[in-house]
Amino acid sequence: MSAGTRIAMFVLSCAAFTALYIAALCGLSPIGQVHGWAAQYGDAINRMSVPALHITDAVTAVNFEFRGFDTLGEEFIMAVSVLGAALLLRKHPDQGSGPPQDKAAGRKISRPGDAVRVLTVGLVGPVTLFGIYIVVHGQLTPGGGFQGGVILASAPLLIYLAGEFGSLQQVAPRWLVEVGEAVGAGGYAVIGAVSLAVGLPFLANYLPPGRVGDLFSGGIVALIDVTVGLEVAGGLLLLLLVFLEEALTRRP
Amino acid sequence: MTHLPYCLAAWLFAVGMYGIVTSRNMVHLIICLTVVQSSTYALLLAIGFRANAVAPIFADIKPGTPAVDPVVQALMLTDIVVEVTVTALLLGLAVLAHQQTGKLDPRELGVLRG
Repeated sequence: MSAGTRIAMFVLSCAAFTALYIAALCGLSPIGQVHGWAAQYGDAINRMSVPALHITDAVTAVNFEFRGFDTLGEEFIMAVSVLGAALLLRKHPDQGSGPPQDKAAGRKISRPGDAVRVLTVGLVGPVTLFGIYIVVHGQLTPGGGFQGGVILASAPLLIYLAGEFGSLQQVAPRWLVEVGEAVGAGGYAVIGAVSLAVGLPFLANYLPPGRVGDLFSGGIVALIDVTVGLEVAGGLLLLLLVFLEEALTRRP
Repeated sequence: MTHLPYCLAAWLFAVGMYGIVTSRNMVHLIICLTVVQSSTYALLLAIGFRANAVAPIFADIKPGTPAVDPVVQALMLTDIVVEVTVTALLLGLAVLAHQQTGKLDPRELGVLRG
């Protein structure tokens, strides 16, 4: 199919989609005015989150308590995507490897400037601490495993920016990152399996809810935050390592 | 003005789809896919909004104050992180395609071989 035919088909289907979308928009209430049965689920969760579970962050309550099984599925989607990217970029038997070197001909990797090194090395500690804070306070304030895991994954990236690929490999060796990611991904499923062993449905809460505002409140949500943070940080770091290995160390 | 966020979602979707259809570089195509995904986030958040309501965090306000819908926000935040890894998977595919054929134009990549 030629490019012209493809664009013509796109314009036709876009016009049809626009017509249907505008027809659907006319039946929607104005923004912010949802009432009645469409708003009941969200309002019920907002009402129940603190009295029933002692979790003050309703979004984390939805993620890890009310819809915990869906989040387990999404976490495994993420683990499988990381696995797929690592598999695609693996070393073939007929490829060699060598020390890190830019693939562009005749270009050597330049050392980072002093300002970059001071800033990045100075930020590694605060960023790691901030990431741990966001992960652990998921049930109290906006945060949780997913957001904190992304922040934690950027700390070794700062070390790579300050130095070279060898320093990243020393701080976050591949076997350690893989083990961390696997422990995080499997830990979530194990926490749910312990629910089964205790006699409750899968991923039902079996730890005491604790006091509202305490760090360890909400039962198993506090544990799930930590495992998901470990998995997200490990997954993103593994992606970084795999892409950088492929770009810098492969020789034909 | 009352339906503006829904129109924003439709506009982002249309622009992203146009970019995907007329793209001549695999990396550009993958970034256009990210734009299309952003349109779904805008639509979800627009659906969950309640007028004169606060964020659904009850750490410092009384439980029972009208708050926006937390379910769509929860959907969205896991989705963003998963989108990053799926984009990485697609970029790995683009790298492999360039290694095998030397071309990044999706119109020339054609039939899969081998």
